[in-house]
Amino acid sequence: MIGSSGAEPLLRVQDLHVEFATEDGVVHAVDGIDYEVARGRTLGIVGESGSGKTVTSLTTLGLTRAQGARVSGQIMFEGRDLVALPEAELRSVRGNDIAMVFQDPLSSLHPFFKVGTQLVEAVRAHQDVSKAAARERAIEFLGLVGIPDPGRRVDEYPHEFSGGMRQRAMIAMALVNEPKLLIADEPTTALDVTVQAQILALLDRLQRELGMAIVIITHDLGVVAEVADDIAVMYAGRIVEMASTEVVFDGPEHPYTWGLLKSIPTLSSSREQDLVPISGTPPSLIRRPSGCHFHPRCPYSQPSHERIDPQLKPVPDAPEHHVACLLEIDVRRRLWAELRAGRRPEEARATVGVPEEPR
Amino acid sequence: MSARDADQAPDPGAAFGSQETPAASAPVSTGTGTGTGTGAGGDALVQVRDLVKHFPLTRGIVIQRKVGAVQAVDGVSFDVSRGETLGIVGETGCGKSTTARLIMRLLEPTSGEVRFDGQDITHLKGSKLKAIRRDMQMIFQDPYSSLNPRKTIGATIGQPFAIHGLEKGKGESKRAVQELMEMVGLNPEHYNRYPHEFSGGQRQRIGVARALALKPKLLIADEPVSALDVSIQAQVLNLLRDMQRELGLTLVFIAHDLSVVRHMCDRVAVMYLGRVVEIGPSDALYTQPRHPYTGALLSAVPVADPSVRRSERHLLSGDVPSPANPPQACRFHTRCPKAQERCSIDDPPLEDKGTGTLAACHFPLSREEVATIGVRSAR
Repeated sequence: MIGSSGAEPLLRVQDLHVEFATEDGVVHAVDGIDYEVARGRTLGIVGESGSGKTVTSLTTLGLTRAQGARVSGQIMFEGRDLVALPEAELRSVRGNDIAMVFQDPLSSLHPFFKVGTQLVEAVRAHQDVSKAAARERAIEFLGLVGIPDPGRRVDEYPHEFSGGMRQRAMIAMALVNEPKLLIADEPTTALDVTVQAQILALLDRLQRELGMAIVIITHDLGVVAEVADDIAVMYAGRIVEMASTEVVFDGPEHPYTWGLLKSIPTLSSSREQDLVPISGTPPSLIRRPSGCHFHPRCPYSQPSHERIDPQLKPVPDAPEHHVACLLEIDVRRRLWAELRAGRRPEEARATVGVPEEPR
Repeated sequence: MSARDADQAPDPGAAFGSQETPAASAPVSTGTGTGTGTGAGGDALVQVRDLVKHFPLTRGIVIQRKVGAVQAVDGVSFDVSRGETLGIVGETGCGKSTTARLIMRLLEPTSGEVRFDGQDITHLKGSKLKAIRRDMQMIFQDPYSSLNPRKTIGATIGQPFAIHGLEKGKGESKRAVQELMEMVGLNPEHYNRYPHEFSGGQRQRIGVARALALKPKLLIADEPVSALDVSIQAQVLNLLRDMQRELGLTLVFIAHDLSVVRHMCDRVAVMYLGRVVEIGPSDALYTQPRHPYTGALLSAVPVADPSVRRSERHLLSGDVPSPANPPQACRFHTRCPKAQERCSIDDPPLEDKGTGTLAACHFPLSREEVATIGVRSAR
């Protein structure tokens, strides 16, 4: 990702803004984000609903164009800016060099057409091959993603597939042109945990075999911890923290990331300990809070945080770790040490000596 | 902590209940969970015995012939002690929601028995059923479709009073509703607002307030947080724990998220294709699962800690078979890594395996096997 090597990254997003004009006002869905994905790497984008993670990836494929979105910034993919690319050229990239797996496998497959027909269409949209050859390829990829008896299953309709098999068929369809980049939007959210484990293992194996880069969008910290090399945490249309997976879980520096990590029960956490929820609710993207967008929910905010808008900046002693937070670095580290020891946010705030916010 | 406290909280019936009560009143006790290492001394509030629910599959439009049955729940037995939290986990289609609806009598069981508070409620009708429903309430998964969009939330939360003829004067019932709203962390001034004005987490709080209006003995929560954002889930889970602590509720908690269930529950039942395959205290079940299916589930849970990224995984192959045509004998044998010939001939009973849980398996997992499949729950 960031400075991971000197070579040009596969995907570089720069200062991307996406806005939608609605009756109620302008929705600032994505508000100036930058990230990079190198070949063969996996970037996890984490955040709650409405944080802009899906809009980011739809925009990469030009899928927000039809909805009257105002897009600015650059999405550089192999030397071409996808934001400025004409629709016809973009179409040759979409589904070919960049493919996407959507969350809901039932509504993403056409119910009237056989799974095989839909796969053949995907192949022939980008490759000049005969129907028979495309069908062979469809069967090959259904087998690759672990669908039993692909020669027979290729002629079945989506309703004859189970949820896990539909998701696998979607992945087969995304991979059938051997994309360089796969964007997977909550690929396992609708699935049971045993099927989820199968799909994640499958993505991992295919990534190693085909050498593609993956952007995985999810709200599940467990999933990113298992598959991602790097993580970007999004809140209210911005990236608030970005670092390698190990760093995000071991030494996170943004209070929102702390909140996410402390609000989920895990199999290894103590059952006796209460969860620490993040108070309040995610903000409206039409009327966003002033200053740091997270300040109304942040247990450590100061009066000045309501005015100053923090920028995503590298942490001084760890240039690959980017954080957008107004707290001093040593304060942040002491706070995290307290939270990690099981202290509640208000206790941590008192111990570290963050001044109380005057109300 | 909370749930344990609630266990020991004095409640009216507990003084008269003895350990023998459930056994004496229930001769069929293959799946009795009460006495088995729960540490919960109280008597059972809910007793489920050999519960079966088959949904008929029909063919033909005018003349419908029965061509088979979806065996949604097929011979489930367990107890829920007063004040405890029983978790039910399993994959889609394993029958966990159907079981909840059978306990609530929202569905008519095909056979079997449900006892609530010592009374057989399996065939209750009319006013008697209505009376018993006061004591059992449910929280649903979807906070959007489970609230009437045309009613103010004050009216929604107060509706149980009207249904059960407990309506007081207008001012009094408003006050009761506002107390409930305050209890679940809603602003009582929002009494006259409509559901669309609330966020998902707040709507789930409304659902909780409505369920608690009649001070039920039993609360069944069917996937109460799976539709909520991560940061909001914890708010609702903490609310449920607090309510249970304060009101001494008995809670049946249904979820597919094993981490959430472990956090919330004293005991857990694992279901597979309409059967309970393992049941026991959370600690024992999560650290020393005996049924290979429980082991596979625990092994499949993604761990939010990159330092324990596991190379070896106990992956199940394939999908859950159709409940309309489940495998013979042990229903898990088609996907079980330990299956042998006996598993397809001889149906294993749910029995004590000596480590605290009851499991239905001929070849239960050993301690060494549990260690190799990457089950990483702490005690």
